[in-house]
Amino acid sequence: MAEQYMNDPMQEVFIFETSQQLEQMEQSVIKTEALGSYPSETINEIFRIMHTIKSSAAMMLINNMSVVAHTTEDMFYFIREEKPQFIDVSTLSDLVFEGIDFMKSELDKIKNGAEADGNPETLIDKIKAHLKILKENNNLTDSQAVNNEPVTEKYYISSNKAAKISEVKTYQALLQFEEDCGMENIRAFTVVHNLKEITDSFKCTPEDVINDPDCVEIIKRDGFMLQIKTAESQEKLEAFFRTMAFIDQIELTEINELQEIREGLNIVISDEAIMVPQLKNPACEMSPVKESPVANGNHSQSMISVSVEKLDKLMNLVGEMVISEAMVTQNPDLKGLVLENFSKSARQLKKITNELQDMVMSIRMVPLGPTFFKMNRIVRDISKKLGKEMNLKILGEETEVDKNIIEQIGDPLMHIVRNSADHGIEMADTRIRQGKPQTGTITLEAKNAGGEVLIIIRDDGKGLSRDGILKKALENGLVGDEATHMTDTEVFNLIFLPGFSTKEAVTEFSGRGVGMDVVAKNIEAVGGNILVESVEGQGTTITLKIPLTLAIIEGMNIRVGESCYTLPIMSIKESFIPKAQEVFRDTDENEMIMIRGQCYPIMRLKEHYQVKTGATQIEDGILIMLEGETKSTCLFADELLGEQQVVVKTLPKYIRRMKKIEGLAGCTLLGDGNISLILDVNGLITQKRFKN
Amino acid sequence: MAEEFDEFDELELEEDDETEEGKYLTFNLDNEAYGLEIIYVTEIIGIQKITEVPELPEYVKGIMSLRGQIIPVVDVRLRFGKPSRDYDERTCVIVVEIADITVGLIVDGVAEVVAIPEEEIVPHPDLDETDSQQFVRGIGKVGTAVKLILDCQKLLEDDEMENPSQEA
Repeated sequence: MAEQYMNDPMQEVFIFETSQQLEQMEQSVIKTEALGSYPSETINEIFRIMHTIKSSAAMMLINNMSVVAHTTEDMFYFIREEKPQFIDVSTLSDLVFEGIDFMKSELDKIKNGAEADGNPETLIDKIKAHLKILKENNNLTDSQAVNNEPVTEKYYISSNKAAKISEVKTYQALLQFEEDCGMENIRAFTVVHNLKEITDSFKCTPEDVINDPDCVEIIKRDGFMLQIKTAESQEKLEAFFRTMAFIDQIELTEINELQEIREGLNIVISDEAIMVPQLKNPACEMSPVKESPVANGNHSQSMISVSVEKLDKLMNLVGEMVISEAMVTQNPDLKGLVLENFSKSARQLKKITNELQDMVMSIRMVPLGPTFFKMNRIVRDISKKLGKEMNLKILGEETEVDKNIIEQIGDPLMHIVRNSADHGIEMADTRIRQGKPQTGTITLEAKNAGGEVLIIIRDDGKGLSRDGILKKALENGLVGDEATHMTDTEVFNLIFLPGFSTKEAVTEFSGRGVGMDVVAKNIEAVGGNILVESVEGQGTTITLKIPLTLAIIEGMNIRVGESCYTLPIMSIKESFIPKAQEVFRDTDENEMIMIRGQCYPIMRLKEHYQVKTGATQIEDGILIMLEGETKSTCLFADELLGEQQVVVKTLPKYIRRMKKIEGLAGCTLLGDGNISLILDVNGLITQKRFKN
Repeated sequence: MAEEFDEFDELELEEDDETEEGKYLTFNLDNEAYGLEIIYVTEIIGIQKITEVPELPEYVKGIMSLRGQIIPVVDVRLRFGKPSRDYDERTCVIVVEIADITVGLIVDGVAEVVAIPEEEIVPHPDLDETDSQQFVRGIGKVGTAVKLILDCQKLLEDDEMENPSQEA
């Protein structure tokens, strides 16, 4: 147990890196599957990733993962070296996916503190069998057959045997690891560990990478020096190092024996010798091909993952700073003083705090891309399983949304896509009969619309059946006699009611009866809503409207007596000062006003929330017309205080536990340190209706 | 061991973490003195501007900002059914935190921190565990004075909201 704790930071890095690599691999495989063939970059990529995972898993003593990676690597080694003509792309992809899934599930187990105990036997047998078939199909059973034996010298001996250099040469390699890759000694150990598969005779500086605590610093500063005696060619060695993770620079030079001895004696190599940035021998220049995988590796390393909790804290702090800044610069003690220098500095401070706030907000924004790409896999699996032909088209994946929201919408999105693929898209023959293209298309699109993001899931399947939904709803008692008068939109919205599922059969992918209601609930939880449009026979479009961020809204502060409230600016249509004679009451004493021929109810916030102070005469205040989802209403307040970006905070737990206050979305801190309550326009309007 | 520590405590200042056990922050409301277990108290601040929140019981005065953190404030007088009193410069807010819930308690003023050993606390004469409105857990003796020891947990509970029959 103690050992596991010790491993924690290393394990964390391992899990993070490995899952990223698996994700990356999954995406490339899906891409290649669409192409129908494996381009060499993908083969190299998979090979490289599998190789890395094999080593790192072995290092972490997760043998089953290591073995799976190893077998997959073997298969791709064969494909890469022999370039077989006949590859069953879809079976191969299935196998790779199976491998990925296996490793992912093992990773999950480790993450949850369990043992990675999955049994890889069947999977490995499958992969091996497939490799055999591959070989047979491509008449290459001969020399390669022995390669099933793990860990031999087979690496990178290309089929082009002519290139093989038989005499043993000595090379000196200086490896620089990427900055910030962390745990340099472990990386170095991985290199050494893997190098043992190629050659046994090598020396490294620092010598003891695992037990010498100082070596991290040495490697960071001077790089990791290796002297290798091998029969392999320089290119092979270089390619070998390229497959290692986190290597930034490789300097590989051939050295003669004399030099080697000299260097050997002088273990502390002078800085000068190491810092030589260029290769001395022009013949040894790196291969001209700047390998793209390395570039990719760099790219992923320039990102770090930070826990959202920390970001929340940071944002709170910045919010407080903005308030403190206002407290200082608008301090009453400064009133009436002419302070030229002070105002100048204060302006500078304000500018910086504003920029800081924007930056913190932007940190939280992440593109929808990864969430969208996950759907690829779902569509692929369903299409395979059910034998339907369909494509997933992704548009606007660069659209950015607050991290918290992304987490919330992942599951609903998956559900909708599943539904579209499972229930929406028809079988190919049905589609042809209906004159549709044989392959169904599901489009996943994201776009910005003001302060909101629209996520549109469109399929060209059979669409929603009004009658089918109504029948089902009647059976379940979800609607009564009014059903016949319902509009299409109202009917389609029935699918979001709990316990509604039109599909009779429960499939592996969807249709467990808990479905769209959960989707609707999740989307509403982040302040979004769902719109369904559908034409029977032509397809369904589901639009998710979600706010860009939960954390900040553009607000209008209004005053009622001594209290301050904030309205989301999006919901304000207009504001005006009414005249007393424009306002009238109906028999139930409900106040109303006629504006341009339309009659709107008036809601006095003062009365509604029983505020003790504030204007009572209608001409002393202002009316703000609010537009909700279904209805509009006019809110009566004392005055508008101005527009401001406000950081939304939830009401304290104590109050939330006590009662859900309709019409309140949260609260925020104003520049002067006061608290303003944020109004939820839809809640206000509905509540008003109930009260009447 | 424990005895050694106890002796040590008397010499040391009160800030020591280990000494918090058995210490009570006392405050006065009208003629009675009340004690709150000090482990729940995070800080004591002067009264600040409170933003009213609608539709809440009268004793919840609203919310206030504690260095950016928004906390609810409860008027202890109203919570105990006593008549309210205007806030003055002696009015304090005792910020308590129990099980992730932070609440400010408005009191007329805090008195002192006293150590009341458990054996000096006698149970409430008609203690009824089920009565959610009974905030006094026991009565502590400090010399000749008595302090009503409050049950912080109960103070923050709001059963009457969940149980409408009691409200009526």
